[in-house]
Amino acid sequence: MHRDSPLRNVNLSRRAFIFAGVAGATMLAASRWLTPSAAPRKDSLRVLDADGEAIVAALVPVMLAGALPAAPDARRSAIVDTVDGVDRALLGLPPLARDELGQLFVLLALAPTRWALAHTTSSWNDASASDIEAFLQRLRDSRIGLLRAAYDALHQLIFASWYGNPRAWAAIGYGGPPRIG
Amino acid sequence: MESAVASSLSIADPIREGIASGWNVIDASTLPQDRTIEADVVIVGTGAGGGTAAEILVDAGFSVVLVEEGPLQSSSDFRMREAEAYPALYQESAARKTRDKAISILQGRCVGGGTTVNWTSSFRTPAATLTTWARSFGVTGLSETELSPWFGKMEARLSIAPWTVAPNANNAVLSRGAAQTGIHWGTIRRNVKGCWNLGYCGMGCPTNAKQSMLVTTIPRALAGGATLLTRTRAMAFEWNGDRVRALNCLAMDATGTVPTARKIVVRARAYVASAGAIGTPALLLRSRVPDPDARLGKRTFLHPTVVSAAVMEERIDGWSGAPQSVYSDHYLDTMPPEGPIGFKLEAPPIHPILTAITMPGFGVAHARKMQALPHMQVLIALLRDGFHPDSPGGTVTLASDGTPLLDYSLNDYLWDGARRALVTMAELQFAAGAKSVTPVHGVGAAYSTIADTRAAIAAFDLRPLVTTLVSAHVMGGAALGPDPRTSVVDLQGRHHHLRNLHVLDGSLFPTSIGANPQLSIYAIVAKLATDLAAALKS
Repeated sequence: MHRDSPLRNVNLSRRAFIFAGVAGATMLAASRWLTPSAAPRKDSLRVLDADGEAIVAALVPVMLAGALPAAPDARRSAIVDTVDGVDRALLGLPPLARDELGQLFVLLALAPTRWALAHTTSSWNDASASDIEAFLQRLRDSRIGLLRAAYDALHQLIFASWYGNPRAWAAIGYGGPPRIG
Repeated sequence: MESAVASSLSIADPIREGIASGWNVIDASTLPQDRTIEADVVIVGTGAGGGTAAEILVDAGFSVVLVEEGPLQSSSDFRMREAEAYPALYQESAARKTRDKAISILQGRCVGGGTTVNWTSSFRTPAATLTTWARSFGVTGLSETELSPWFGKMEARLSIAPWTVAPNANNAVLSRGAAQTGIHWGTIRRNVKGCWNLGYCGMGCPTNAKQSMLVTTIPRALAGGATLLTRTRAMAFEWNGDRVRALNCLAMDATGTVPTARKIVVRARAYVASAGAIGTPALLLRSRVPDPDARLGKRTFLHPTVVSAAVMEERIDGWSGAPQSVYSDHYLDTMPPEGPIGFKLEAPPIHPILTAITMPGFGVAHARKMQALPHMQVLIALLRDGFHPDSPGGTVTLASDGTPLLDYSLNDYLWDGARRALVTMAELQFAAGAKSVTPVHGVGAAYSTIADTRAAIAAFDLRPLVTTLVSAHVMGGAALGPDPRTSVVDLQGRHHHLRNLHVLDGSLFPTSIGANPQLSIYAIVAKLATDLAAALKS
């Protein structure tokens, strides 16, 4: 994790069991020896590191398919907006909830657990939309309650971020709050 | 921005005016050093319980300190934007959940607590609930007759009256559907004065029409000399023997999520826990108060709520207009409390974030639902938990960092009610002219006939994190009762083992209320706080 990230303190060995069901203890034991990329994150992000940013940025276009603007530039900046909104939401969460989500992002960033959860060996930057769609469906339809909870958390973070953004409102026929001045 | 500035200039902000006039308000996130404060009474929490108690105790001549973990925001801050309001005014950014994450809990965390963000629905405690408390829990002094003057007093104080404006289109579907299917419906009473009918009660009232604690009892208490500490987390009561000696608090940082190094100690004659169900039991658990029969935190109730979304021919614009103005108690009144679980039917406000996170599915299917937002109509059914042996409620415990966790198990008794409620809501929506109905479950499929919807719901595999469950009402966890073996506090709200510790909030309730709880909290706390004031004088 990034040096200054509030997620850095996630103690994987102690807390990983929460999302570990599908990955298995061996996988997690192995993952402790792997270092997720420490690539610098965007300056504006306060919580997400480069890995977390890549994961959310990969999930957003799939979660929001049919909702994002079509024009390439507008679409790109809408994705950036949504990642920023997720980061702001994470910053406002109590430390325990933030740690749990941080742990989910760590597991999704590390190759062995990413494979176990997302069935993909490619990095999030390179994952195809159909891979990601299959991953989300697998989480959502999992028999393991904690994986369904992980899906719910990603669903909530991303949809709240986009639909809290005034840019999302015209497409859903919402004119925004009334003027009362 | 110009319009926001204009609005803040044109609508008086009683909080900012009060602060300018010299109220004792301390934002602990800015404290440069530790503080010790003394008072007659310290009250933890500023919601329906704490606000009501504060006014009564200040009026009785006592010095009062109010401790609030959330921020002090007021009408000038309330810009009717979900993205700002949820992180600022709600517990855990409105993403609080039960331990297994199966139930999302909307609970206030700001000065005024839930009353600052609730939807203003005001019901007297149903007679069936009070009767159950008397019969099954040995509660005396809280009969319908005995509470009647207290309801009257708080209704007058908070301008609670029937909503005489026409319901918004979302609520009108509920009354139309109920009329069509031949079940009871009624008009909700609201605690508003000069309401603009905007529809943004859940984000803080921008016009101060809502008669929340924020604009009524708390300003009066502050004008009467009370001290308000905001961004202050009450960590634990320090006690020995049968008395509390101090309340130890930590200042929170400006984000409200992490304590700073600053400590605040409050010493008082009487200590009042009004931190709400979940908050009050957690505070008492952190204080390790005597609890020989392990009652503390038990029997915490949520009115677990299921949701049904319809698409109507006409525009609904469910974000606009008083969010709740119509209800139906048919499935409470015709269901004996001790039988299969009953439910109250209401309509919620329909705003983009709340809708988007509640609608299941993702991608194009989700986007299509959102694009129909202006025609979306939503009903909710609130299950009346806590009246049957199979509905013991949840248990508040502490996480590793001392914050509360609510363990709430779902079982067949509750799922049976959820299934019946989903069918009922679809019946009402189709009777009122719905083109399609989505019972909120699984991937969120829509059905275009009642027969298809009934068949689908009958086949639903209802289970946690597949069936959407929400709660906006947290009750119980520090129940009142005559017997220390089965309750936490006595019938006056005084702790059974610590004689100067009092609970005055919704955690007192031995069951759920079976109605939106604010008026139950106001009336019962008004009665018990008046008794406390008398006891402190003698």
